[in-house]
Amino acid sequence: MSRPLHLAVELDGEGAHPAAWRRASHAPAALLTPERVRALAQVAENAGATLATFDDSLLPPDGVGPVGRIGAVERAAFAAVHTSVLGLAPVVSTTYSEPFHVSSQLASLDFAATGRAAWLVAATADPAAARSLGRPTVEGEEALRREARDAGRVARDLWDSWEDDAAVRDVDTGRYLDRDKLHYIDFVGETYTVKGPAIVPRPPQGQLVVLAPAGLLPAGAADVELVEGRSVADLAGDGPGLRFAEVEIALDTPAHTAAERLADLDRHAPWAAGPRLRYAGPPGGLMALLEELAGVVDGVRLRPAVLDEDLPELSARVLPALFRSGTAARPQPGTSLRTTLGLTRPASRFARHLTPVEGTA
Amino acid sequence: MSSTDYPRPHAQLHLGVFFQGVNHWTIWSLPESGSQIDFSSFRRMIGTAERGLFDAFFLGEGLRLRESGGKIHDLDVAGRPDAITQLAALAGLTSRIGLVATQNTTYNEPADLARRLSGLDLLSNGRAGWNVVTTDNAWTGENFRRGGYLDHADRYVRAEQFLTVARQIWDSWDTDAIATSTDAEDWADPKGIATVGARTSQFDVEITPTLPRSPQGHPVIFQAGDSAEGRDFAARNADVIFSAHGSDFADALAFATDIRARLRTAGRSEDALRILPGTEIVLGDTEEEAAEKAHWIRLHQVTPATALAIAGQVWGIDLSDRDADGPLPAEDPVVVEPTGEMGSRRWKDPREIVRTWRDTAEARGLSLRETVIALGPQRGHVGTPAGLAEKFAHFVRAGAVDGFNISPYLTPDGLDDIVDRLVPELQERGVYRERYAGTTLREHLGLAGSGFFR
Ligand SMILES: Cc1cc2nc3c(=O)[nH]c(=O)nc-3n(C[C@H](O)[C@H](O)[C@H](O)COP(=O)(O)O)c2cc1C
Repeated sequence: MSRPLHLAVELDGEGAHPAAWRRASHAPAALLTPERVRALAQVAENAGATLATFDDSLLPPDGVGPVGRIGAVERAAFAAVHTSVLGLAPVVSTTYSEPFHVSSQLASLDFAATGRAAWLVAATADPAAARSLGRPTVEGEEALRREARDAGRVARDLWDSWEDDAAVRDVDTGRYLDRDKLHYIDFVGETYTVKGPAIVPRPPQGQLVVLAPAGLLPAGAADVELVEGRSVADLAGDGPGLRFAEVEIALDTPAHTAAERLADLDRHAPWAAGPRLRYAGPPGGLMALLEELAGVVDGVRLRPAVLDEDLPELSARVLPALFRSGTAARPQPGTSLRTTLGLTRPASRFARHLTPVEGTA
Repeated sequence: MSSTDYPRPHAQLHLGVFFQGVNHWTIWSLPESGSQIDFSSFRRMIGTAERGLFDAFFLGEGLRLRESGGKIHDLDVAGRPDAITQLAALAGLTSRIGLVATQNTTYNEPADLARRLSGLDLLSNGRAGWNVVTTDNAWTGENFRRGGYLDHADRYVRAEQFLTVARQIWDSWDTDAIATSTDAEDWADPKGIATVGARTSQFDVEITPTLPRSPQGHPVIFQAGDSAEGRDFAARNADVIFSAHGSDFADALAFATDIRARLRTAGRSEDALRILPGTEIVLGDTEEEAAEKAHWIRLHQVTPATALAIAGQVWGIDLSDRDADGPLPAEDPVVVEPTGEMGSRRWKDPREIVRTWRDTAEARGLSLRETVIALGPQRGHVGTPAGLAEKFAHFVRAGAVDGFNISPYLTPDGLDDIVDRLVPELQERGVYRERYAGTTLREHLGLAGSGFFR
């Protein structure tokens, strides 16, 4: 693959390591402040990342780390006004949420971010989430995939339910809307129905960029699939959309090696190796790994062990070199996220003229 | 009347701006009318409101596009952002003004909504408000998993239980639950965070909340609803009422007196709640100029097509091919069961209304459209900046209102003359702040700090 690698970075909490908060450069409570959300988004943008992702759940994060978390959509919306080229992808679960609300929230994020919004689709297996919402538990992989499929479908239909030019503002006839350009979606799923149209007009990108873990949505339903594998070879593959590899990272800093930092954190809580590729070491090694990955995937999602330590290293020592060598590219000002990712802006599926509208938001 | 003759000689006026969303009062047909959805419109309007030292910026809610005659209603401004998402973005562009989201209790769940409002409250350092509404029609329900779902009679029952659970969520973290150092044993003391459980007629839930209290404790509660149940709900629960009684002094005072009685019955102090009616404000250099401008504005709000649509609802007949500038329809009205599609219009007896319309049109020689305008809601205040400042000082010192929620008739510049011309006149009369005294919405409104409910 010769295209430049797209770089996403996960900004939730204090970092991917369960004990990351212990090496944060601020007191624990500072996590839940606007200053923190702004600072992280700005560091990610200035570093040149294409996309920031914000993990989320209605339930407290597991384990020994922070049990506090501001909702991902709210964080992304707040970050939107403090950034200008960074894509913003909150996690929103599909299992118990109201698809109509989810679609409105994400479309509104795209307006606030002027065409830089994405949705990281998730499923929620923990029955405690159902309990907190007073809803019957959705059990089993298949049912979780069904809810994800339906919620994804409803969101996409609702984003298309207003054609781009539905607000015609026709002074002669007194019509603000052209009702022929508004569409009931009449979604009928196995567990619920949604009538439509949306309350929010079609978002700037037409369709937000939809990211999902590989296998959660039906083939072709996601624009970007997040793929896991412990080696570069494991990550090789193909799909109808873009493929981003999940990569956990810990970098050497001027003060400590990655190994020293991880040993310190592991004393508090082990960072169990999972199905994802993990890199710990000097920045140069990460560059080499990313260059190799550029041959098998379209992008990576970096999950820094400790945001306060690893983001500055990424920003100072890894990303600039990747941009210089052409392995990765910075997003350009004034460009929608779809355009940055090389995706076209689709016409509404309900529009009668089915020629795709090219261009940026 | 000197200000010391009033029951509240030192009362201060509170101002909010209501970015309406779906309505025909926001004029979209003028060249200076901007986008109703682009973020820049919201940024511009909230910036003006904050420059004018307003207490709050409000967003309404509606969860289904309105219809008339079984078709999407195409004459009004429509399309709006999700309130909490939009306000979270606007929180980043402002530092003082309150951010109020209208959110209904019927198609939300406490664990989710209370958390999103908490997030907004934290991201704004304590400036969030929640306008609690109770939308209940089955027609909105068609967009939600639960469908129609809730009987009219149960909606305030659910609202009240919802609010109780939300408050427990907001109060679940002790103020010192989070560790002060990265060397602490735990990130948060597990004993400092309470699990919230509720088994009521509407809820069977158990929630582990994820957020601490904000600098203002928790979001300020607004209520908008006018029935006896709605007023009692407000008297028991709300910090602010967003009322529809602010144009006529006697009507406003009667409403405020009624609310104060209900507050006493609920065991709350009369000063525990602020009454901010929605209003429209039209300014002119002279009274005549203001009146002329107000009429010109009405003609842009009640267009020929809108006049025919409103009359069509009264008559129960499609009148869209008639001449709005001609006489009233000769037919008798058709009595139809209201479907609730247009929400606010539940006509009593159309025959009687038509009789009133005909009498008025005949007596004053009015066309159909002029009749609609003449008999439509009188939505606000028209005058010079100095004249309105006097009038508002009178309203607030007499205890008829605590302020107003202004619905500008133009987006995004409809607040400019209010901030530039009316606000200084109010300040001169000592009924409006010269600067923000605090940083939270609760402080702006002069509400007592919210105690723990637990
Ligand atoms: C000034 C005012 C503003 C309102 N704004 C909204 C709104 O934005 N969204 C909504 O769903 N309902 C809104 N409502 C409707 C009320 O929440 C309530 O559902 C309605 O008034 C019927 O309740 P009631 O019988 O107690 O009056 C508003 C009501 C008033 C008086």
